[in-house]
Amino acid sequence: MDGKQLFEIRDLSIGFTGNAGQTLPVLRNVDFTVSGGETVGIVGESGSGKSTLALAAMGYLKHGLRVLGGSAKFKGRNTFEMTTRELEDIRGGEMAMIPQNSGQSLTPTMRVGKQLREALRLHTDLPESSYQDRMVELLTQVRLPEPENILKRFPHELSGGQQQRVAISMALAGEAEALLLDEPTTGLDVTTQAHILELLRDLASETGTAMVYVSHDLGAIARVSDRVVVMYAGEVVLEGNARNVLLSPTHPYARGLLSSIPSLKDSRLPAALEGRPPAPGAAGNGCSFVDRCAIAQPECMSVRPDLIQTPEGESVRCPFYAKVPDLAATEQTVEMARADGSATDAIRLDRLSIDYAKKSFLDQLLRRNNGSVPTVEEITLRIEKGETVGLVGESGSGKSTILKSIAGLLEPSSGKIQLGEQEPLAELVDKRPMTHRRQIQLIFQNPDESLNPRHTVEEIIAQPLRLYFNCSAEELRKRSIDLLERVRLSSHYLTRLPSQLSGGEKQRVAIARAFAAEPELILCDEVTSALDVSVQAAVLNLLNQLKRERGTTYIFVSHDLAVVRCLSDRVAVLYQGRLCELGESASVYSLPSHPYTEVLLGAVLEPDPEAVPEILADDVVELSPPERGCPFQRRCPRKVGSICDTETPPWQVGAGSHAIRCHIPLEELYQCQNGGKSADR
Amino acid sequence: MTAVSEARSTGRLLLIAGVIKDMASRPSGLIGMSLVAFHVLIAILSPWIVPYDYKAVSVELMFNPPSGNHIFGTDHLGRDVFTRTLMGGREALVVTGFATPLAVIWGGFIGILLGLVGGRIDEVLMRIVDAFLSLPWILKMLVLIVTFGTGLEVLIPTLAFFYGIPVIRIARAATLDVVARDFISSARARGHSRLAIVRRELLPNVLDVMLVEGAMRWSWMLLAFSSLSFLGFGVSPPTPDWGLMIADARGYMAFAPWFVLAPIIALSSLIIGINLAADALAKALGIDRSQKAPQ
Repeated sequence: MDGKQLFEIRDLSIGFTGNAGQTLPVLRNVDFTVSGGETVGIVGESGSGKSTLALAAMGYLKHGLRVLGGSAKFKGRNTFEMTTRELEDIRGGEMAMIPQNSGQSLTPTMRVGKQLREALRLHTDLPESSYQDRMVELLTQVRLPEPENILKRFPHELSGGQQQRVAISMALAGEAEALLLDEPTTGLDVTTQAHILELLRDLASETGTAMVYVSHDLGAIARVSDRVVVMYAGEVVLEGNARNVLLSPTHPYARGLLSSIPSLKDSRLPAALEGRPPAPGAAGNGCSFVDRCAIAQPECMSVRPDLIQTPEGESVRCPFYAKVPDLAATEQTVEMARADGSATDAIRLDRLSIDYAKKSFLDQLLRRNNGSVPTVEEITLRIEKGETVGLVGESGSGKSTILKSIAGLLEPSSGKIQLGEQEPLAELVDKRPMTHRRQIQLIFQNPDESLNPRHTVEEIIAQPLRLYFNCSAEELRKRSIDLLERVRLSSHYLTRLPSQLSGGEKQRVAIARAFAAEPELILCDEVTSALDVSVQAAVLNLLNQLKRERGTTYIFVSHDLAVVRCLSDRVAVLYQGRLCELGESASVYSLPSHPYTEVLLGAVLEPDPEAVPEILADDVVELSPPERGCPFQRRCPRKVGSICDTETPPWQVGAGSHAIRCHIPLEELYQCQNGGKSADR
Repeated sequence: MTAVSEARSTGRLLLIAGVIKDMASRPSGLIGMSLVAFHVLIAILSPWIVPYDYKAVSVELMFNPPSGNHIFGTDHLGRDVFTRTLMGGREALVVTGFATPLAVIWGGFIGILLGLVGGRIDEVLMRIVDAFLSLPWILKMLVLIVTFGTGLEVLIPTLAFFYGIPVIRIARAATLDVVARDFISSARARGHSRLAIVRRELLPNVLDVMLVEGAMRWSWMLLAFSSLSFLGFGVSPPTPDWGLMIADARGYMAFAPWFVLAPIIALSSLIIGINLAADALAKALGIDRSQKAPQ
């Protein structure tokens, strides 16, 4: 760290003009500095102003925003006073930005080489003749294999992780002194994320570039940051070195946020942080966190706290920060509701296969198989009443596909689905009788998409009630209110539209709609991944309580292994539409594991600066599963030999019902995975 | 938050009032709606408020410049331009007022249907629509008008037919957009009937788009109608009509500019008004996605 200040933001306030002409602040009196060579993480939930702050550091304001006061300096020059021309010179050169979705920020019609060349031409003085060497050097620096080959490709020919690497290499092209990263790994698979973060860490130490890392993901922040800034409602509420902030947070919000993250090490549900942050302009005179704070004092309502320096060198916007560590004892995390083991089946999947690949017209005509391998192959799974089974896997593993086919939205190519002891279900929902339709309900990932924006909450909840039960208008209303209460919403929400609800509230309405049918089985498709962490914990707790009250069976699909752990009795790990491992959560998350599970677990990031992820496999994206052998053969870190390429591995059943599909004997797996590391997983 | 959400939360009846209020709160909406309302009012009231008989010809009054008696001057037959301008929008508004809803209804119906059915039928019909749209509209119109004549009973269905075709595309695109969303899948998974899904889930989301599209089509249709009059296929003399007046005045532009300017200003102000109002309507309904509030 050379100590020279690159970014210096003083007392910056940014806002926009509301519909009624009032000024609504998005950032309030923010102080923020970054020195050369330092990596600073900005963390906060959606709407906390973290991206606005990062963009303001570059001298950029989103449409409609304006500076209300304060200054933002880059290397001593005020960026808001610079001309567009001057800013253009700096951006991409002295400072560069890496956006969240680099697939969209790369020009789709230009080869990677041409785009990199342009970056070099604009931001360096290199002679044209040395561009090729420099480009190869840059791509090698971001650990892309066969750089010459990558240069000739179009962005769409690269995987998400590779695109992100190309974006990073473009940012490095100008030898920037500062990199701004806005959620650079959000939306990537866990293994890819772990790779990118390691790369960023290495680059920071190799090149001495300062980085500003914006994310909602405390695990990612923990992995890369020296210093962490926690934002809440447009204010900096806590700032300090990463270790202190993440391991012993002194602000009640930071504390609540951290304890709302489910952990791999803990099978209990995380504690929810109730309430929601104030909307821009809605924060009163007092502390913006007062409504949700467990240690709020009367004066917190009227006096806005200042940033206080603690003896440990942190800045915290809470005068009662000394009380925060004691909060731990008073908080309670809830134990998950377990199945009662009544042993009657809720649903059985029998050799279920689904094929997405559409046959071509010619193939149809000749009635031939075009040799494609099914997307999902021979899933056999038995789920007991009241049990929660988690399906985990990276994108493309077929998790959602399986749910859709259980829901009757997608026709399986072969196999059977049986509800309880009844006849096998008709393949498509149109052909199922009403009782079957009622028994299975689906909750989607993004409530913005799954709730009709034109329907009020009352109309949304009434849909299943009208369809499945012959209710009178009066009873309809009574039941709707009752359902809302069950998802902890009061009856005045009935007249609201989805656009008037927060993300968490929308998902609660979606949950209420699913429960309105009084279903036997609820399919949860990534139900928390569009939500903020604190809201996620509340939704998980809600699902858990409903399960306890109603004994509903869940199939819970998620890419987040920690989330799956805290809600599931059993976990099924999927790779490329094939089951790899199946067993009680406790055994799946301990040893031995299928090599793929091992890779996934190793890549999970904990909000702990000392936790080091283990990267065991490449993040190559496979488009289709291999025709023969083990589906994981190409990436497996423990591949034994040709047997993996030719023979489908057998199911090996270990303790309990823990089954692993691998050629390596279980004892051997246990030994090699246990070697050199503690068994605390 | 859009006007719709505000209004819907307090009840269905206030929906329209809410949308109009939201439109009026935007400068473009206020100006646009005032212009349209002004023109409609004039069209209705003009027979009672015009100072002269629109067909009173006078040799002495030919090409009189604007004066106290004739504030817009007189035309080549000595008729009062002010009177004729005030009355010149009546035919156009009646024809397009009937043809626009007809176009939106039939085009919308076919478009939504194609979006839902998909497959071969959709593909074939859409290619036909594309082929149709690639021909210049005036050519197609003239063929029909020459074949069937130029009365209102021909013009209204003809305009409705031609302007319904681009509506098919819009309605189909809007339908495909909505059908891909999860709330439709959710309704399907619940097992609602197809008709119920279309009525409850799809239509409310497509109708907004259709409404805005209709407003835009209205202004296009007005232009088309005036062009037909200009070419002599619309209204027959001596009925006053802006298109016809522009055609008549064209030759005397150099020395009687008031004669050509009056109908041009009248026609353009109506079309600009409709466009501004349609724009505000789109924003009030929350269709314009580029105008999202920050954050």
